[in-house]
Amino acid sequence: MRATFKGTPKGSGTGSMQALYAQLLVGLINGSFYALLSLGLAVIFGMLNIINFAHGALYMMGAFVAYFLLNLGGINYWWALLFAPIIVGIFGMILERTMLQWLTGLDHLYGLLLTFGIALIVQGVFQNYFGSSGLPYAIPDQLKGGMNLGFMFLPIYRGWVVVFSLVVCLATWFLIEKTQLGAYLRAATENPTLVRAFGINVPRMITLTYGLGVGLAALAGVLSAPINQVRPLMGADLIIVVFAVVVIGGMGSIMGSIITGFALGVIEGLTKYFYPEASNTVVFVLMVLVLLVKPTGLTGRAA
Amino acid sequence: MPDTAIAEAPAKAATGGNILQVRNLEAWYGESHILHGINFDVNAGEVVTLLGRNGAGKTTTLKSIMGIIGKRAGSVKFNNQEIIRATSDKIARSGIAFCPEERGIFSSLDVRENLMLPPVVREGGLPLEQIFELFPNLKERLNSQGTKLSGGEQQMLAIARILRTGASFLMLDEPTEGLAPVIIQQIGHTIARLKKEGFTILLVEQNFRFASTVADRYYVVEHGKIIDGFSNAELAANMDKLHTYLGV
Repeated sequence: MRATFKGTPKGSGTGSMQALYAQLLVGLINGSFYALLSLGLAVIFGMLNIINFAHGALYMMGAFVAYFLLNLGGINYWWALLFAPIIVGIFGMILERTMLQWLTGLDHLYGLLLTFGIALIVQGVFQNYFGSSGLPYAIPDQLKGGMNLGFMFLPIYRGWVVVFSLVVCLATWFLIEKTQLGAYLRAATENPTLVRAFGINVPRMITLTYGLGVGLAALAGVLSAPINQVRPLMGADLIIVVFAVVVIGGMGSIMGSIITGFALGVIEGLTKYFYPEASNTVVFVLMVLVLLVKPTGLTGRAA
Repeated sequence: MPDTAIAEAPAKAATGGNILQVRNLEAWYGESHILHGINFDVNAGEVVTLLGRNGAGKTTTLKSIMGIIGKRAGSVKFNNQEIIRATSDKIARSGIAFCPEERGIFSSLDVRENLMLPPVVREGGLPLEQIFELFPNLKERLNSQGTKLSGGEQQMLAIARILRTGASFLMLDEPTEGLAPVIIQQIGHTIARLKKEGFTILLVEQNFRFASTVADRYYVVEHGKIIDGFSNAELAANMDKLHTYLGV
């Protein structure tokens, strides 16, 4: 079972159009998480050439750090949005420095196995201490309640998640595609040796990039905490779909990940309305179709 | 003549102070031993050319100086500072710029981004206006994707981007390879102009007819060693030997 927001099933709401809009909103919310997570994966793959299977565990850590900050330190949601990505990002940078950097130049399989092992260990540790059931994380007071839009009722927190995720995704795209720092990142993706010979400390840049990707996953974890509760396996449930999103969008493509993330969330939501039985498989069916027609994904480059 | 004597003898004829001193430079690609003790000097303001056949070790020499080859030994002093153990980013920041044989234009960057990519490592780099004066084609193609340029334009871009950085010592690896004669002539004029501007240039070339139009001195590389060295004034007298060395 995936830990995404389920919404209202067809026919059980106050009207079929309201149910459709509700599923569209659910799709957008799920799409926000898909976009943030697949964006982090794309950034990491582009720079490190590593398929980061630990991403789901790091997303879960983001939610747990927000939970600890609130319950142990009295630090609220708004500060958690800042601190959790930084704390988990630093954890990610330590992983990169101590383990992942040694895989440079090796086959993708090594990175995949190592990060999968890291994910199992991290999830195992959290499961050992917190079990499998969810821990509650309250919606901040400022985002409680909802708005009646006339055609549907919009819970404010869910609207916030969609808008904030979109802003973060676009800001990341701008950073990578339109700034000098982003030019360094894109150039180092193509030829790190030459970029380093221009005087840029590429190993440090790789570490920071991994930290950025991991920070995005942690941010998604914080956003998700009030909706899905905080659970050790919350990332494991989601990451398989996110990998399908990345494969469809194209490994290493920033805008591809963002658009595909939101689009697949919406497609999933629409499928829940029109043909609920297929809602859990539609993403994978699309993945198969895209792989058959364009193996590098809709906007991606070859791995 | 002993190898170190080859390195030092012609260098004494030059006027500028010694800027690069390479002694017993060895390099390996994995288990393959490529450089077997390279010795040569470059003086400030000179254009020095490494000549040699394919696979002689010319490019490996440049890459070893730049710190790109992982396993290397010996001594490389730049401005009297030992750089043999430095990483390539630190070597670049010491004032050495490298233009690779394959040009290294980034396909995901447009011409402007390619041009602005190398960070300024010190003062004294050419301003953009002067770079566009040298390479007017680039100004017209600033928004094009880097790899959409012609071979000649890509070579100009590869040279242009290292002129901004403030590096005073340029290493150009076969800048004329695969280019039309008219472009080769333009590259030659550019190198002569850069020399006038005070740049010191270490050039790797197989085309010694081109090299003879720009170089002050030559070293011949064979089997990972410097086997001969002479000045441009001595070129005519050494032509027969050179033909034998290069197999032309």
